Amino acid sequence: MSKIGIILEREYMQRVKKKSFVIMTFLGPVLMAALFVVPILLQGLEDEDYKSIAVLDASGQMEQVLQSSEMLSFDFLDPGRDLETLRQEGEYYGILLVPKDYESQGIKLFSTEQPSINIKSQISSAVEAHLRETKLLEAGIRQSQIDSLRAHVALDTIRWREDGSAEASSTEIAMAVGFILAFMIYMFVFIYGSQVMRGVIEEKTNRIVEVLASSVKPFEMMMGKVLGVALVALTQFAVWVVLTIVLVWAAQATLLGDMGGQMQQMNLSDPQAMEQIQNMDMDWQSALMNLNYFAIVGWFIFYFIGGYLLYAALFAAVGAAVDNETETQQFILPITLPMILAFVLAQNIIANPDGSLAFWLSVIPFTSPVVMLVRIPFESVSVGELLLSAGLLVATFVLTIWLAAKIYRTGILMYGKKITYAELWKWIRYGG
Amino acid sequence: MQSEIFLETRDVVKAYHRHTALSGVSLGVPRGSIFGLLGPNGAGKTSLIRIINRITAPDSGQVLLDGRAMVAQDVERIGYLPEERGLYKDMKVGEQALYLARLKGLSRQDALRKLKHWFEKFEIESWWDKKVAELSKGMQQKVQFLVTVLHEPPLLIFDEPFSGFDPVNAELLKREILELKAKGSTILFSTHNMASVEELCDNIALIDRSRKVLDGQVAAIKQQYKQNQFELELEAPGQDAQALFAGTAEVISDQPRGTARRLLLRLTEGSDSNQLVAKALQIGKILSFRELLPSMNDVFLQVVQQKTPKS
Repeated sequence: MSKIGIILEREYMQRVKKKSFVIMTFLGPVLMAALFVVPILLQGLEDEDYKSIAVLDASGQMEQVLQSSEMLSFDFLDPGRDLETLRQEGEYYGILLVPKDYESQGIKLFSTEQPSINIKSQISSAVEAHLRETKLLEAGIRQSQIDSLRAHVALDTIRWREDGSAEASSTEIAMAVGFILAFMIYMFVFIYGSQVMRGVIEEKTNRIVEVLASSVKPFEMMMGKVLGVALVALTQFAVWVVLTIVLVWAAQATLLGDMGGQMQQMNLSDPQAMEQIQNMDMDWQSALMNLNYFAIVGWFIFYFIGGYLLYAALFAAVGAAVDNETETQQFILPITLPMILAFVLAQNIIANPDGSLAFWLSVIPFTSPVVMLVRIPFESVSVGELLLSAGLLVATFVLTIWLAAKIYRTGILMYGKKITYAELWKWIRYGG
Repeated sequence: MQSEIFLETRDVVKAYHRHTALSGVSLGVPRGSIFGLLGPNGAGKTSLIRIINRITAPDSGQVLLDGRAMVAQDVERIGYLPEERGLYKDMKVGEQALYLARLKGLSRQDALRKLKHWFEKFEIESWWDKKVAELSKGMQQKVQFLVTVLHEPPLLIFDEPFSGFDPVNAELLKREILELKAKGSTILFSTHNMASVEELCDNIALIDRSRKVLDGQVAAIKQQYKQNQFELELEAPGQDAQALFAGTAEVISDQPRGTARRLLLRLTEGSDSNQLVAKALQIGKILSFRELLPSMNDVFLQVVQQKTPKS
């Protein structure tokens, strides 16, 4: 065991000292934050781009229908104006031609640039809404009745705890948390699994492997590497969690100040809206608070380690079987397929976290690390199911490590030979 | 209690699924000697060495170290320089040497102390913080040798140590091997290089196609394979050598050397070297006379070719 410790120490230190690791570890959360912040900033930039459209309205109804917004303004010109002169003047972004019977003839928008989908949908939905209302009125329905049709019902979800007390919950938050966790497991298993594989290939191509083999057992070599890399991954995860908490805290401290100011402005103008926003905010926050973080982090670490051990052992075996990275393709695909499948199906499972697809995929060990993490934030997985899934995962990673060790110890000393599946099978059977 | 044979293999058999690498090889390496393991490529040398190092297990047979069956812990008593040897390219020399020494069971302090000694001996202290990738091939070989012997193992195994080493390092290696022997280490090495065998080895074993075909002391083997050939320098110009030695020896070659001549003779059945000298004295003045022993290269070729069915 002590030799596994020495190997683990080297594998860990070599990776943690690398510049790329330090950069990724400390920049990761910042990049993630940027992923959310930058689109918002960009949207703010886009809004500045103000476009005006000339409307040649033969129907005479459009003035009430098309309201200028902060993105678009409408100028209503004399419908008799000549299209060609307007084009040559080039004063407007586009010219909207509305015939008298626009319902059957349609509306035309002339412009030199291709108009964006936003402009198109803003105009067509306004006109469509107007048409619908006109027809309802013609059918003898009163304006007040039409207004009452624009219904919105607030649906708050409140979940009972075991003891019968209620707490606010949010399906959206459970979905988001589940998806992020599943994505992280998926990413960590692949990134660090392939690091194990590359490490083994490096030892083979460096020809240091036989020197090592004369000091330690191949199993110790493999496990030292697998566990060392696992610790690197957990280190990165821990740093990310801490940094994210710090960043969120910092963002709240600065941004919430602004929001408070905005709220107060709104408060003056519309006390009702203010209340609404505050309520919404409270719901979100309490839903976030009410997530069982203890269970989520605990299970995340369990499924990460389980899934990682299962796959990393296989990655190590592939690394041992081949001579260089280009030869890994044929073995990598079947290994990664279940994981990719699990991640793709995770989107369906989010929509129905208690269905039978969700059940089976979260029990099968090759997909359970990803799928179970999608389900855990919904807190609908029974203890029995969790234990079954966890037990199967442990049993399977013990099995894959055992299999991988057999391939590994034969493979690491084999140079310059193209390895087939039949060959691997022989190694497992005879494994001398 | 110390046994005379330090390392022994008994009937070691190893078969891979397509061919047999070793079929019942038994060797005994005497304590404190240098043992050469010879054989053509693919004969099974590396397979045997890997079994002794416990990298692979034999199908049957035994390896004994110091009279006891080897156990896993014994690998710490072996220093092994494999044929396929290398180092981590992106690791510092010192760190790497320390790491490999610790894997051989040395504590960090012991390893550091010993490394300091060897780095001073080889005058390479300045390499400690360099990455291996920055070193030349020859420098890397020095480091490899150093980590092999660092933990002062009683048994050293070198697989093809001279292949891939540049001449300077090969000389260094020879010197160090002799020095290690003088300090009491037992050394086993496999090689193609017959000159190094004659220079270094006390005993050899020759392995050909998975079997041991010859073993013993180098001097004894030479005696065994000698062909009773003698080189004679003689002052006896102008005589027919063939006729002069008729009945005692057969003349293989006859070259004039100024006033003298150099004869290469093979004794005929039933005569001995004294008779040959007596004959020579009658003919002229003897300048030099010596027996020609076969080189290990001759023995190697003779044995291997004998056993090879038509090639």
